[in-house]
Amino acid sequence: MSSSTSFATPKFEVKSHALLRSTATKIAVENLDFFYGKTQALRDISIEIPERQVMAFIGPSGCGKTTFLRTLNRMNDVIPGTRVEGNVTIDGADIYATGADVVELRRKVGMVFQKSNPFPKSIFDNVAYGLKINRVTSSRSELEGRVEEALKDAALWSEVKDRLKTSALGLSGGQQQRLCIARALAIRPEVILMDEPASALDPIATSKIEELIFDLKKQYTIVIVTHNMQQAARVSDLTAFFLLGKLIEVNSTEKMFTAPNQKLTEDYITGRFG
Amino acid sequence: MTSLTALCTLVAVGILVLILSYIAMRGVSALNFRFLIDTPRPIGEGGGIGNAIVGSGMLLLLSCAVGIPVGIACGIYLSEFGGGWFVSAVRFLIDRLTGIPSIVTGVFVYAVIVLRMKHFSAFAGGIALALIMIPIVARTTEEMIKLVPHSLREGALALGAPQWRVTIGVVLPAAASGIATGAMLAIARVSGETAPLLFTAFGSRFFPRNLNEPIASLTVQIYNYAISPYDEWHAQAWAATLVLMALILSINILVRFLTRQKFR
Ligand SMILES: Nc1ncnc2c1ncn2[C@@H]1O[C@H](COP(=O)(O)OP(=O)(O)OP(=O)(O)O)[C@@H](O)[C@H]1O
Ligand SMILES: [Mg+2]
Repeated sequence: MSSSTSFATPKFEVKSHALLRSTATKIAVENLDFFYGKTQALRDISIEIPERQVMAFIGPSGCGKTTFLRTLNRMNDVIPGTRVEGNVTIDGADIYATGADVVELRRKVGMVFQKSNPFPKSIFDNVAYGLKINRVTSSRSELEGRVEEALKDAALWSEVKDRLKTSALGLSGGQQQRLCIARALAIRPEVILMDEPASALDPIATSKIEELIFDLKKQYTIVIVTHNMQQAARVSDLTAFFLLGKLIEVNSTEKMFTAPNQKLTEDYITGRFG
Repeated sequence: MTSLTALCTLVAVGILVLILSYIAMRGVSALNFRFLIDTPRPIGEGGGIGNAIVGSGMLLLLSCAVGIPVGIACGIYLSEFGGGWFVSAVRFLIDRLTGIPSIVTGVFVYAVIVLRMKHFSAFAGGIALALIMIPIVARTTEEMIKLVPHSLREGALALGAPQWRVTIGVVLPAAASGIATGAMLAIARVSGETAPLLFTAFGSRFFPRNLNEPIASLTVQIYNYAISPYDEWHAQAWAATLVLMALILSINILVRFLTRQKFR
């Protein structure tokens, strides 16, 4: 867009976070560089993600949001030829330290992927998988309770309660995405990374997920990637803006959407590019 | 184009039907219940292939017990824990192994096991068949596992599952029907094998008592009867062929049934 007339700043409904509750830092990232082989995808990122708040990552497609999210639970480790430089600490512990327990880390830092990826198992078994893997409980009734709870949290229970034993692949795209959310919630991680969790959802399911996020932040630290500015404004306390692998600005969501510090941020948010 | 492919399909299917019905026609005359449960007898006294059916079954079980787990383990290793020159070398070897004529496998087992034990045995026959199965099972397993989307593994890993549990609990089940097809192919392949059994399991006129002695098999029995000069034995060879085909078919159906995919 090259119009020179200045746009009226779109009206975002920003939840009032009047005073950012000052909370402890959950995740601290310092000077993080990330490489896919020879191409650098993240450049010198430093950010602090506070406990029990929702942080939204925004930025144009390909700017590195997913890549960054995946460095936080070391999911990029499974991609051959990748390299991380810099520091990521969660609760003060360096997650990339030699000898750090990746499995333990991933139990603590749950993830909902950009593309939904239910297992070719029954709906019940999908949600129960993490519980079984982590031997959360040996009692069948407790397992069922946890599955039900997770499905309710993910706003899926009423749609699937009569078909828990049927294949998860028989669900619609949006239902599959909510199933993946339920799967991640079931093991009650401390941090939840959500990569565009609502991209395949209708407005009703989306608002349910947003309510869920609002509830979850009482207990969990949440990082959510979204392309939807209104959504970022609605659900998040803090927003981080990425561009071409760099972190341009982190700010309270309110500030970000009304008076950002950076010109680039303003241009992006007002839809002048991206 | 459509009509051409349809024609080719028709020819192929037609030939298959022809072979099957010819075998059925020739085989049915000597077929009766006694034939199925009796042991071979001298010319003019009838006799049957009961011991060969049991022998074939035992050889097949033995070869599956060894060949399928080893093959699947091999395939998992190639696909999941692989990379580097070693895996490429193993894959190359396995591919060459698939192409080795089965009689060579038989001779190899003869040299390595039979000569050492100083007698033919069901055990040696089972190993020979297993050696034929392993590369087939290993390569299909590898290919089927590679078809499982990477996102599934990531989904499981992200829930805090260790790599081996991801492989066993998510990847293998997702690839199960493909792996079963591979195993079935291998079973079908070895259940028709004669050459590797000639100098390993050898053959026997009696019901098998243990795995450490020569054992009869349908294919070797068919071979022996077919090259004999007696019409009665020729008829029995046809009947045994019919039985063999029926058995292979039922194995196929059984495996299909057992591994039918619940979640597609
Ligand atoms: N597996 C990979 N191998 C190589 N390059 C990759 C890989 N995944 C992502 N990239 C590259 O890294 C950069 C950042 O990608 P990333 O997926 O993190 O972007 P994103 O911000 O999540 O985009 P989107 O909003 O479209 O999801 C892109 O240039 C992409 O092409
Ligand atoms: Mg992305």
